[in-house]
Amino acid sequence: MTEAEVIKALTPVFHDVFDDDSIVLSPEMTANDIEGWDSQTHVMLTVAAEQRFGIKFRTAELESLRNVGHFAQVIGAKLEGK
Amino acid sequence: MDQLLWLAEHPDLSAAIGEAKRQTDPLARLAAAARLSGYRRDFTQTARLDRLATDGLRAMVRGEATVSGLRPLRIALLSSHTVDHLVPAIRVAGLQRRLALSVHVAPYGMYRQALLMDDPELADFAPQLIILALDARDAPLQLPLEASQAEVDAAVAERIEELRLLWRRARERHAAQVVQQTIVPADPPIFGSFEALVPAAPYAVIDRLNAAIRSAAREDGVLLMDLAWEAARGSYGDGLAEPLRWHQAKQLVSPNLAPLYGDQLARIAAASLGLSRKCLVLDLDNTLWGGVIGDDGVDGIHLGQGSASGEAFLAFQRYAALLARRGVILAVCSKNDPSVAEAAFEHPEMALKRSDIAAFVANWDDKAGNLRRIASMLDIGLDSLVFVDDNPAERDIVRRELPEVAVPELPEDVADYPARVAAAGYFEAVSFTSDDASRGRNYALNAERKAALSQATDMEGYLRGLEMVLTATPIGAAELARSTQLINKTNQFNLTTRRYGEAEVDRIASDPRSVALAIRLADKFGDNGLISVVLARPDAAIADDELLIDSWLMSCRVLGRQVEEAVLEVLARAASAAGYDALIGEYRPTERNGMVAEHYPRLGFVQHPAPADAASEATFWRYELTSTRTPRHFIEVKA
Repeated sequence: MTEAEVIKALTPVFHDVFDDDSIVLSPEMTANDIEGWDSQTHVMLTVAAEQRFGIKFRTAELESLRNVGHFAQVIGAKLEGK
Repeated sequence: MDQLLWLAEHPDLSAAIGEAKRQTDPLARLAAAARLSGYRRDFTQTARLDRLATDGLRAMVRGEATVSGLRPLRIALLSSHTVDHLVPAIRVAGLQRRLALSVHVAPYGMYRQALLMDDPELADFAPQLIILALDARDAPLQLPLEASQAEVDAAVAERIEELRLLWRRARERHAAQVVQQTIVPADPPIFGSFEALVPAAPYAVIDRLNAAIRSAAREDGVLLMDLAWEAARGSYGDGLAEPLRWHQAKQLVSPNLAPLYGDQLARIAAASLGLSRKCLVLDLDNTLWGGVIGDDGVDGIHLGQGSASGEAFLAFQRYAALLARRGVILAVCSKNDPSVAEAAFEHPEMALKRSDIAAFVANWDDKAGNLRRIASMLDIGLDSLVFVDDNPAERDIVRRELPEVAVPELPEDVADYPARVAAAGYFEAVSFTSDDASRGRNYALNAERKAALSQATDMEGYLRGLEMVLTATPIGAAELARSTQLINKTNQFNLTTRRYGEAEVDRIASDPRSVALAIRLADKFGDNGLISVVLARPDAAIADDELLIDSWLMSCRVLGRQVEEAVLEVLARAASAAGYDALIGEYRPTERNGMVAEHYPRLGFVQHPAPADAASEATFWRYELTSTRTPRHFIEVKA
């Protein structure tokens, strides 16, 4: 999956976790851009993404996440390796 | 992990939540959330349902609105780990179990301070349940690995004393029921199977601590959320305590498991209000045995030793029989010829006997109607029934026709039925007494009494013939659990519908100026057990020589037998002895207690002005202890 494809697949995950269907994701987006994206929803987001893609993040990967694009790249790399 | 497997699957739950969000009325959204909470849901759907319910729940908590079928309850969560991510799932599970929960979370790790330093926020919240959710990493016992068993036991005993102090504070300051979570082991084994043979090995210490928590809780009237046992049984798969979630957010329970955790907590909360289910209704063919009794005959059905499937059906019967032993009422609802269905109980390998079944309905009518009939035969609500049927179509129809009835989704194989029924937590208990053990028999006897009534030509002759004996005892330690149970589950014959925890009942009962009675009734058919509770106490709003009947409630099993008259006789005598001149009765109408609207005037009370601070819809009634006629009844009274 390309970064764009992962972002497309991530969109419904964001809609569910933030309960907001109007969210449109872009690679540069960070937690500051989405209302309610705090440390608690961040954990929910990672767990929901793990479920959606059937992957498991490593502790270090979660610490290094910078923005939506980076999140998608990490997921994409994991899907490659599957 | 797949969870909440007993709940039915919604064809598109996410879309249904989205649809419900568009409703503008917060109470309509709350009602939709309550309805959708009954479907199988993952953690994000559960969190969305919580948001759907939020505004309506807030309105209920502020007392601005009520939603029928939802009982408000305040829970405080005091924990040594992060629990905020579990709160939405607790509230949604509450909705599914007919509770409107408000949840207060004390700051992370501050559970001791919250209780010992009189946290004003906690006091303002006035919790009815306090959950102490502790974990193995919190203040581990400082023991060298080579410590002896005696040293371990001493350290464990010290920790238990500390816990008991917290429990006592919770009860004394907040009159709250305490629920203690057992400790889930955090460290992987360091010795292998030898672990438990080393007294101070991490697992051995936790095991000892949990055993001590359980026995202290039993002695102190504290309830358990036995998370350690659930985790060990695999209820949470292998992911309850994911190391990553701990390192990332100090979460003991992973967010994806929140729906199950929330449900396990909510079922205890519901049970504390007497909302657990009471009756297991069983289909017959292919549920209790393999095959169709009408076609295959008693000799042709699969049941018992000799075949794997026969043994599986037998195991399910045995599980139902065990539930009956602990007080769950059993009923049968089957599409069958009644005599053919009854004959199946003559099969030599049946673990369930015909006498275990309090209500037996076999005919060709629809099952929804028959479940209504069973509820009325047993004088219990539809919301007390659990219906187990192997046929998905029947399950679906009953869910649609009677949403109050719990209908578990069942696995393909009957071998997995007992675990599924158990996992659903329908019959969560907060006490177990000898009355529970004989309940099934009581309900069966009541059916016989009804038959006797239809044969008796006159009411007076029937009542005399019952040879009733009523025993009233002041509520003490022995009656506390049962009395509290009855206070919380009685809806119809209940004059004020005030709900109290054990601590609150104890507080009223131990006041020497109060009259608090636990009332039992026996008759020639057997013992009915505890059937009525009266709490009467002095009140600042009435005169000193008047005794306010704070609560008067009775099990509907003994309706129409003049028990009220006999109870009044006992109460009047006790109040006179305590120096009072009059009783003041209060009636607070609810949706369910219309049957006692005329209770006080019928007993000879006269209407009395309401005290200044009384609820507007309440009516008050006065009974002179000196001059009033004695009530007439046919019951021998022992007080």
